[in-house]
Amino acid sequence: MAGGAEPVIGAVGLVLGLLVLAVCAAPIAALMQAATPGTWAGADTAILRFTLMQAVLSALLSVALAVPLARALALRRFPGRGALLTLLGAPFLLPALVAVLGLLAIWGRGGVISDGLALVGRGPLDIYGLGGILLAHVFFNLPLVTRLLLQGWAAIPAEQLRLAAGLGFRPADQFRHVEWPMLREVVPGAALLVFLLCTTSFAIALTLGGGPGSTTVEVAIYQAIRFEFDLGRAGLLALVQTGLCLCLAGLLMLAGRPVTAQGGLLPEAGGVERHGWRRGADSALLLGAVALLGLPLLAIVLRGLPGLAELDGSVLRAVGRSLAVALSSAAICVLWALGIAAGLVRLAERLPRLARAAEGAMLITLAVSPFVLAAGLFLLLRGRVDPFAIALPMVVLVNALMSLPFALRALVPALALARRTDGRLADALGLRGWTRWRVALLPRLRGPLGFSAGLAAALSMGDLGVIALFGSTSTSTLPLVVYQLMGAYRMEAAAGAALLLLALSLALFAAFDLWGRRA
Amino acid sequence: MRHALTALATLATLPAAAQELIVYTYDSFTSEWGPGPVIEAAFEAECGCELTFVGTGDGAAMVARLQLEGAGTDADVVLGLDTNLTHAAAETGLFAPAPTDMPAPDLPVVWEDPTFVPFDWSYFAFIYDTTVLAEPPTSFESLAESDVSIVIQDPRSSTPGLGLLMWVDALYGEEAGAIWGELADNIVTVTPGWSEAYGLFLEGEADMVLSYTTSPAYHLIAEEDGTKAAAPFEAGHYMQVEVAGQLASTDQPELAEAFLRFIATPPFQSALPTTQWMYPAFPTPLPEGYETLHVPETALLLPAEEAAARRDAALALWREALSR
Repeated sequence: MAGGAEPVIGAVGLVLGLLVLAVCAAPIAALMQAATPGTWAGADTAILRFTLMQAVLSALLSVALAVPLARALALRRFPGRGALLTLLGAPFLLPALVAVLGLLAIWGRGGVISDGLALVGRGPLDIYGLGGILLAHVFFNLPLVTRLLLQGWAAIPAEQLRLAAGLGFRPADQFRHVEWPMLREVVPGAALLVFLLCTTSFAIALTLGGGPGSTTVEVAIYQAIRFEFDLGRAGLLALVQTGLCLCLAGLLMLAGRPVTAQGGLLPEAGGVERHGWRRGADSALLLGAVALLGLPLLAIVLRGLPGLAELDGSVLRAVGRSLAVALSSAAICVLWALGIAAGLVRLAERLPRLARAAEGAMLITLAVSPFVLAAGLFLLLRGRVDPFAIALPMVVLVNALMSLPFALRALVPALALARRTDGRLADALGLRGWTRWRVALLPRLRGPLGFSAGLAAALSMGDLGVIALFGSTSTSTLPLVVYQLMGAYRMEAAAGAALLLLALSLALFAAFDLWGRRA
Repeated sequence: MRHALTALATLATLPAAAQELIVYTYDSFTSEWGPGPVIEAAFEAECGCELTFVGTGDGAAMVARLQLEGAGTDADVVLGLDTNLTHAAAETGLFAPAPTDMPAPDLPVVWEDPTFVPFDWSYFAFIYDTTVLAEPPTSFESLAESDVSIVIQDPRSSTPGLGLLMWVDALYGEEAGAIWGELADNIVTVTPGWSEAYGLFLEGEADMVLSYTTSPAYHLIAEEDGTKAAAPFEAGHYMQVEVAGQLASTDQPELAEAFLRFIATPPFQSALPTTQWMYPAFPTPLPEGYETLHVPETALLLPAEEAAARRDAALALWREALSR
């Protein structure tokens, strides 16, 4: 065994993990301490119920659509598949406002579908309400879940699929014996991510929700901080929301099966022959997904093209700032996640259940309201440092934290697999330290690393949450510029800046992701 | 050699010698397309000091940030609160009285606030496209009876949304809940801020959007598009007055006072109509195009203290009626 470094890595992982918990819990504690704790009102229960309900529905819907889509993408090989995989990164990293306008260009009352309906004398489509919220959440999260599931399929050793084919398995048998066990491991975690992402939904729930009936806890927190300056109430709401999410996360993580990484050769890129109606169904599904995800993006591109010419120097400065923020938080996120993942994998080899609970606890970064995080950190750092000086570092830190669960989701199973397979081989060969990493582990981690870094970079590129409270003019990033342009009535220029944001985020994601997929 | 050293020493002390005035404002004020850059250059030329605008979200975010920072704030002046926020802001005890020798502002209402200096204002109004809607409603009742669709802002997260809440409250008082109930089926959606709502309106999601009577000036002057107009409501329009105030904890009290006085002068005021698309608060010639705007006969504005006192009850009625 490569004994000596093991306890050190375990300890580093533990410290990094505890740091995540501290950074998330401290702001809530700071808010609750700063003021008299708020009281829970009857209306809050209704808000909480709506928040959880829409999040559960969003998660179920996203997963239900993602499983067949990921399967079709995993089994089929076709021209443009690589481009489609990259495109799957796009919706997730759009700022909510930009995505909403793209969606409405298709689904809105003045959108393409309503225009079509008007031709046959039907009234405009009205998606505002729960339907609109779910549509937007699926638009955001379906691609994410699909990518996570695809990694599950990629982890199925190619020889298992070949063996199944050699044994004359029917597709249904193959699904039951080879794919279903993988899905049982991957789906709960992916669904949980969507659920948590949607519990802190703010701009989407407000814009597409149709009215105060669709209030989420996040809206109530925003109101408490910005409108009533009732920090105690904001702290209480955040505590309940975070606590409930963590309990659910813990239950789901414990109920799910621990990841049992299987050995095998590196999965190779080879399709499976699909015939008859299955082939047709796959194609219909893929086309449907391209339409669902691609048309709103196309609308954003078409709306933005005329505005590109109006962009000037201040937009370029914001681009530079956004790129710096994105790359820094990607680096911090990936290193942080790698440290925690190494610790978790070692823990899992001895205490699998504890390791799963620990991984569940890391999801706290998604359950904590960004508004609470920003206000609480502000309180904690008040008087100690200059808020202007820490504005951008704070944005980097918070964004790295928010991307952490995705990186862990991708890295932990891959690292576990790598250690069981090529790691053992490396141990047998006496490889240690960096050489062991480079030769044995890194080739297996390259995909998840590229994906995580790309996601983290793109996510922070589009972030708007934290900068709003910490920001100042000298820190305005590209998403903020989009808002500023809209606030100045310059909708065309704003659409141009939004297109620039989309293109840059996608380019960042694609660059990292392609690096990872070029195995 | 000695000359070089002296020169270096002078250079090193120069930035410290120039006094700095820090003004908190909202983002769009300081952006390249807002009035910030022009005003900054004009004031710096006059005071021989350095003026730094710090953009912090919107008006409500600014008050929250001030409260988070307390008396330790770096801000000397805050610019961009509206009358729905001034009571809460004054209650924090962080503000100092305005200079007593300010000229009288040019507003449709009497201005008696001892703490805050108004800098621009407009009337809230529903904006529509004249090529789509031939006869806009002329009251909340006729709007509720019609099938005209509207987009409004959430009063819990935006100042125009709060303005509409107070508009309905000022007109209907206890009956506001009933009006909101009748308006519910006209409301396409409620957005977090002005930008989202106005964006949705321009994309064709609704017939009208809550904005300002001065909004059509942007389309007319900047885009040469005369198709946008404000629907005139006979019972009157609620006003938004944006104000600035000086912080008691400032380390630059003279500069802060000088800035508040500067607000009333032409270099500041003339920048507003074509950047903020609001009326200047002190007598200033208006650009061509403003004469086409609808001017309501009745201006509504609850005193800051009353607005603050009525807010929570009005919000409860709004939520109750629209949650159904």
